[in-house]
Amino acid sequence: MILRYRGGEGMLAWLFHRISGVAIWAFVILHVIDIFLVGAAPDVYDSLLFIYATPPGIILEWLLGAAVLYHALNGLRIIVMDFWPPLTRFHRQLWYLNWILFGLIGVPVTWVILGQFVRSLERL
Amino acid sequence: MSGRYSRSGRVRPQSGGFELAVWYLMRLSGLGLFVLVLSHYLILHVLYDPAAQTASWIAEVRWSSLFWRAFDWLMLMLILFHAFMGMRVVISDHTRGGLRTFLLASNYALAALLFVIGTLVVMTLRTVVPAG
Repeated sequence: MILRYRGGEGMLAWLFHRISGVAIWAFVILHVIDIFLVGAAPDVYDSLLFIYATPPGIILEWLLGAAVLYHALNGLRIIVMDFWPPLTRFHRQLWYLNWILFGLIGVPVTWVILGQFVRSLERL
Repeated sequence: MSGRYSRSGRVRPQSGGFELAVWYLMRLSGLGLFVLVLSHYLILHVLYDPAAQTASWIAEVRWSSLFWRAFDWLMLMLILFHAFMGMRVVISDHTRGGLRTFLLASNYALAALLFVIGTLVVMTLRTVVPAG
């Protein structure tokens, strides 16, 4: 089903966009419910907050950031090609540009979240 | 060909009407979310440590200003549209028949539920100003 799409960078760009989109959708459901608890049952919220701050929680937080950043950058790439169709010729180069920006933004963010990860290990 | 064919995005519907409006709104909400979600993540996951974001921190600090409540509510509205209309495409691509109908109905019901509980908490959470 997934592989019926034509191959290459265009297929991977589409596949990653879809996977990251579904992952963000799932997190949004969880996140709206947990913030609802801040009003409805703050004690329950506080007692569950530690889950986000465990080492697996921090890794998921990091992956969420990666999914959001990829989806945002690739989404801009889609918009650029939709509204300036001649640029579709350079879809591969635009995708590589996405990864350069992903790395430039992702490395410092990873450094900060690595600090959170170290603190989560110290709390164990 | 290149005008009507785009890599990884949905092809612009030629039918017009509702489908074309959704196609434009997905891109418009995406642009808004590019700014809102990336700055939300930058503030709450990079500049602040999420481990310290207790219920009282949200009530006393994060949501003590109307600006941040409006910011988060606008983000919620754009996300509910963008994520659930995106899931509509995913469901329609990968399922058919009764399963598709069931999943689409569940998808819209879930969006409506999150609209209600998300709006409720952002509009009604009492800001408690700490003493002293």
